[in-house]
Amino acid sequence: MRAFSHLLDRLSYTSSRNAKLVLVRDFLRATPDPDRGWALAALTGALSFSAAKPAAIRRAVEGRMDPVLFGWSYDYVGDLAETVSLVWPARPGANREPELSEVVDALSHAARSEVEGLIEGWLDVLDVDGRWALLKLLTGALRVGLSARLAKQAAADVGGVPVSEVEEIWHALAPPYEDLFAWLEGRAERPTTEAPGRFRPAMLAQAIDEAVDFAKLNPADYAAEWKWDGIRVQAVNERGERRLYSRTGDLISDAFPDVLEALDFEGVIDGELLVLREGEVAPFGELQQRLNRKSADAKLIARFPAGVRAYDVLLDGELDVRHLPFAERRARLERIVGASRSGRIDLSPLQPFADWGELAALRADPPDGDPSRAEGLMLKRWDSIYQAGRPKGPWFKWKRDPHLIDAVLMYAARGHGKRSSFYSDFTFGVWREDETGRRGLTPVGKAYFGFTDEELKQLDAFVREHTTDRFGPVRQVRADLDFGLVLEVAFEGLQRSGRHKSGVAMRFPRINRIRWDKPAREADELASLERMLPPLV
Amino acid sequence: MIRPETLLCPKPAGLYCAPGDFYIDPVRPVDRAVITHGHGDHARAGHGRVAATPATLAIMAVRYGEDFAGSVQPVAYGETWSRDGVEVTLVPAGHVLGSAQVVVRWKGLTMVVSGDYKRRPDPTCAPFEPVLCDVFVTEATFGLPVFRHPPASQEIAKLLASVEQFPERCHLVGAYALGKAQRLIALLRLAGWDRPIPTHGALDRLNELYGEFGVDLGPLVSATSGIRRDFAGEIILAPPSALSTPWERRFPDPVAAFASGWMRVRARARQRGVELPLIVSDHADWDELTATIEELHPGEVWITHGREEALARWCALQGFPGRALALVGYEDEED
Repeated sequence: MRAFSHLLDRLSYTSSRNAKLVLVRDFLRATPDPDRGWALAALTGALSFSAAKPAAIRRAVEGRMDPVLFGWSYDYVGDLAETVSLVWPARPGANREPELSEVVDALSHAARSEVEGLIEGWLDVLDVDGRWALLKLLTGALRVGLSARLAKQAAADVGGVPVSEVEEIWHALAPPYEDLFAWLEGRAERPTTEAPGRFRPAMLAQAIDEAVDFAKLNPADYAAEWKWDGIRVQAVNERGERRLYSRTGDLISDAFPDVLEALDFEGVIDGELLVLREGEVAPFGELQQRLNRKSADAKLIARFPAGVRAYDVLLDGELDVRHLPFAERRARLERIVGASRSGRIDLSPLQPFADWGELAALRADPPDGDPSRAEGLMLKRWDSIYQAGRPKGPWFKWKRDPHLIDAVLMYAARGHGKRSSFYSDFTFGVWREDETGRRGLTPVGKAYFGFTDEELKQLDAFVREHTTDRFGPVRQVRADLDFGLVLEVAFEGLQRSGRHKSGVAMRFPRINRIRWDKPAREADELASLERMLPPLV
Repeated sequence: MIRPETLLCPKPAGLYCAPGDFYIDPVRPVDRAVITHGHGDHARAGHGRVAATPATLAIMAVRYGEDFAGSVQPVAYGETWSRDGVEVTLVPAGHVLGSAQVVVRWKGLTMVVSGDYKRRPDPTCAPFEPVLCDVFVTEATFGLPVFRHPPASQEIAKLLASVEQFPERCHLVGAYALGKAQRLIALLRLAGWDRPIPTHGALDRLNELYGEFGVDLGPLVSATSGIRRDFAGEIILAPPSALSTPWERRFPDPVAAFASGWMRVRARARQRGVELPLIVSDHADWDELTATIEELHPGEVWITHGREEALARWCALQGFPGRALALVGYEDEED
């Protein structure tokens, strides 16, 4: 438990991806089975307890100390698990510190009435970090800023194998993953992947470099289709096992029972999860209402009906078709989708074209309907096999040019890690007239990349020189009609947002260019952003 | 017996001893001052006459210049002087080099003003000496049950483990310039870290002064002069004010560490953007505060500054008459 709690503690303060990988990898190397496996399960969200309710924990601590002092402590710290871990008045004469596996084991066998006593006993023997880790684990929220994907990457690093090899077998494995570590450490064969319904690592596309790539590519070698603006999913119906996976192999079936029910084929399909009404794609913002949920009720499903727009097939019936060329897989896909009667699976149509110029024109000015809401185009070599990872050449994505606006820098916050001495997170706004006709800035977004290191230095210097107020790590900079720094902001799309005062939220905003030359008063108006919004549903 | 308030009472300038006509740690210039230790909020410049330990006087001279007071009276630990029948003795407080508790005796009444103190071993200063008294005047910087400092050696081990785990990065440790920085260096030496330690220039004079008072800090080098290096694998010390400023840009990808009792609370550490919080404090934590009161078993407890209400409540629950003085002007200096 001690090593695990130290790991969680370090992770909770670490923002760099590489540093997180080192921390988890080193932990997995140094910690014996089965504790490391249970830790990996906790980090990937595969372990969940509803053993301890916050109210019960609070009762336990208030039974041991003055509730007023506890209340003041809680007010000061602001987090129940953290407060209890700090103030816990341990009773002496306790047992030895439990290992993580002992905690897991005991909880899975304990009767409900025994659970509170067990937890109190553990809190007595653990140190502050140990208590914090235990309480986070028991209340089901580790929140240390580590994705399941990153945890799998760290496991892959233990054995020096590509993460896709871990992802491919992941759903055939169960905690504490002793077979996985045996393979990663070269002590055993790779665990079998025969379990039906497992995830198969996705094939990803390279971004095309217009200046270089087109000269080398023959249009006749490639099929083109629209790049849909939803999330990539793998839809599985294998020997009765129905599942929906995200691009990285996270299981999202529970949030999409409507889609799961619609999988009336045998095999594995690769496609885009979208909100589909009468076969028409809704804006991404509507799909977002259904993402990151544990479940979906009938009302939500009726309001935002989801479906899959299919563009590839990995398993046709029981036949693995990943080694077949795209042209052949496509023919099989068309047959599979054509046979579906669910109405929630359709085919991503191919877009015929004669040469790159014709395709470029289509991308710049897509036809009305679904393509007008696409993110751009996909190019796939007719002869490409389905290959895990991001191979260079067979698949390209060719995104539409981003939207651009000129906004005015309003606030800047210090960054993290390498950037902690720089003001590197920028909030920008556009002009809006209030009821009295006065023009003022309203914030519309925040960006922290898109600039070079040299430009960052210049932005940092600008912020320091033109600070008008400070709020903790945030500085307000001078921004009015007569003076301000104009930033050309690029973004992928715009949504309505009730959480932002301006009423709009940008997708993927970044700083495209610093307009040192442009007077602040000539930056864009909120009205020009509002014109980009999708129509109200 | 006479009332303690007759001997010492809180005034806007600080705790005042009327029968002896002096203040303890006054926050504004006064004629006569007894200073417990050299931190800026307790030791201010501009007093007429200052009594303190030789180390505290030397620290004040380093910080404010030789003419920081009209005249000075160096007093060794354990030495007693008296004035108008009031006997004053300085005994070690274990906070930083030269730090002292002020023991005031008058007409059979003993009051101890602890100043800032801690009970844990510290290789850079004399340990706290408990003095039985009628009234114990305590600080309460960490006067909430959430503040429970781990052993400092454990935090040093955490730092050294991180250095081993990230050998390509340097570790930049923020530490208060007086006391904390030197204690960290001494603790690192005890843990076997014998390489030259690069430090920020603002620490130089105090580091030298510790050396003059017999605290061996081992080899120290300037972090900023000489040829540019990548500092991989080094532990660098700097005062908190130098962190997250352009000064630190010379170090590529540092692990930002910070040594303070406040690091116990995650939100505080995150607010500062700290990647490696080191919970090392020169103040008594909750357990030390309460254990000290239990040990001394004074007739009354006065609380000078910090989180007074929580410690006052604890005193009330334990049956010690407690009183929060609410003195203003003392900061949470480890912040």
